Amino acid sequence: MAVKSVIEAVREAIREEMRRDPTVFVMGEDVGARGGVFLATQGLMEEFGEDRIIDTPLAEASIVGIALGAAFRGQRPLPEIQFSDFVWPSVNQLIGEAARSCYGTNGAVQVPMTVRIPYGGGIRGGLFHSQNVETHFFHTPGLKVVTPSTPYDAKGLLKSAIRDNNPVVFLEHKKTYRLVRGEVPDGEYTLPLGVADIKRPGNTLTIVSYGLTLHYCLEAAQEVAPEGIDAEVIDLRTLTPLDRETILTSVRKTGKLLIAHEDNVTGGIGAEIAALVADQAFEYLDGPIARVCGPDVPTMPFAQTLEDAYIPDPTKIATALRRLAAY
Amino acid sequence: MPPRKSRARGNGAADGALPANLSGDDLADYYRRMALCRAIDERIWALNRQGKVPIAASSQGHEAAQLGSLLAAEKDGDCFLFPYYRDLALKFAAGITAEEVMRSFMGKAGDPYSNGRQFPLQGADLPRKIIQISNVVAAGLTQSVGYALACKMRGEQTVVLVYFGDGASSQGETHEAMNFAAVHKLPVIFICENNRYAISVPQRKQMGVEEVASRAAGYGFPGFAIDGMDFIGCYEATREAINSARAQGPVLLEMKVERFMSHTTDDDDRRYRPPDEVTQARQRDPLITFGNLLLEQGVLTQEQIDHAAADALAAVDAATDAADNASPPDVSTLHQMVYSG
Repeated sequence: MAVKSVIEAVREAIREEMRRDPTVFVMGEDVGARGGVFLATQGLMEEFGEDRIIDTPLAEASIVGIALGAAFRGQRPLPEIQFSDFVWPSVNQLIGEAARSCYGTNGAVQVPMTVRIPYGGGIRGGLFHSQNVETHFFHTPGLKVVTPSTPYDAKGLLKSAIRDNNPVVFLEHKKTYRLVRGEVPDGEYTLPLGVADIKRPGNTLTIVSYGLTLHYCLEAAQEVAPEGIDAEVIDLRTLTPLDRETILTSVRKTGKLLIAHEDNVTGGIGAEIAALVADQAFEYLDGPIARVCGPDVPTMPFAQTLEDAYIPDPTKIATALRRLAAY
Repeated sequence: MPPRKSRARGNGAADGALPANLSGDDLADYYRRMALCRAIDERIWALNRQGKVPIAASSQGHEAAQLGSLLAAEKDGDCFLFPYYRDLALKFAAGITAEEVMRSFMGKAGDPYSNGRQFPLQGADLPRKIIQISNVVAAGLTQSVGYALACKMRGEQTVVLVYFGDGASSQGETHEAMNFAAVHKLPVIFICENNRYAISVPQRKQMGVEEVASRAAGYGFPGFAIDGMDFIGCYEATREAINSARAQGPVLLEMKVERFMSHTTDDDDRRYRPPDEVTQARQRDPLITFGNLLLEQGVLTQEQIDHAAADALAAVDAATDAADNASPPDVSTLHQMVYSG
């Protein structure tokens, strides 16, 4: 198996799906000759032509609105929002329209559309190149939300997302693009949406995370392991559908739960998971449900000190693990 | 289609002859559809006052624009429609039954657009090639452009007709949709039913131009303002626009219409419209002028016109009773179709 980066895995998934299905097409800002600002579509215009790798005007509402309309006619659009911070002009088309298209037509209309969005921070992006946007889509029935953390997962999940007949928000943490490398099989494979992955088995406590923060959780688990804290680390991989069973099974085994994510703490994914566990595994809990998340400020600031202070890094997570393990 | 100034026709009969490509049967058929649309529209407002219809937006005054363009689309045979919330007449005349319309307005099972999930006649009627996901104005414009893009990718000849009001012409997505359609020369006809009011806000507070159609020049495609009260004119302009769109890309048609009723059943336009404005507008009622034209041209007799009105009322009576007695959607459907399989 070859070792690849997340961005390479994403590009491979797009190329393979475009070869497999002529209805798949890419649209977005700078996706053509430039190959996308992160090079996710590098080389694809040369292979598939301008008609399937469409450089759009700089207008996000229409990128998603036009993709949605194309999906109504049976194409499989793969629009790219250049940075998550720029998704807001298109949110009516995503949350208002795409998420309600199947329900609002009593199932007559399908939306086989996957919106790829680089998100998250830790790259000195400041308020408008670092945002975590997942909670807004997680809150919206009708959307699926995918948040891979490794090259293997990114490729298998993106292929499944493209083949899905529902609108999928596919969130790629931009710091993982080149930082995270891993083995990717040479042959064809897909990973099902809605199935979490236990990235580190353990018995002392359960950590639930996704995206870049998942890697920080693994580092923290490694750090506290010599102290006898044997953490099980669950990578959600998809936020919607949420793999409730994997979370509950683990918590019933360990009795302790810590949730870590970069997104703001209040009303975040962690709050929902805490409510789920409080509701369905209350008798098994042997300590408070802990969260290590972004604070309630409008995204991580630009200055290095402020960005560091924002990010739920391995040190902060390890500290919380020790506190939780002591119960 | 060569660029030209807006044209204004008298109410159909001004230049005499009827279009050679329409038969008397076509015209009589469409007159009867228009009479039925008017009858059901009026009944729906009465039912709202009786507490049986929660909300309605009326097409009264817009029927010539909606049905004239629909006839052109029907004759063409390969058009797809993205209507907006005021297109009751368009959606009804496209082929659903009066009872289905009434079920939709009363929120009953068997509503063909959404089975009682949405505002009346909102959702999709795919057998009649119609999608209207929401009533967020202009959201359908970018979607319609995407639909046309997909048709072009698939090598299909479909022309997309997307309808919107003067209010929606202010939205950013209207600009984005027209710009993208122009770049890709997509077969889209943007039909602006301009009744000069965005709920209560008059045109002079909405835009700095006299005609929405003039904006087409800024995108590099043709735009025409026409009399939207003239059925024949709307038919002809749409027919030409369909041919033009299929050959060379988008067309903007501004159909100047009159809104006879308040914005919706929840609005009272006496708060913001001069009292005699609607009275004046009704002098140009498209149902009357279209009927007069067909009388003058010998397509229909007065007796046939009277029969059309009576038949429409009888059909609406029967539809009202049937829908009133129909079952509401089963509550088990609440959780269905959030996702498609």
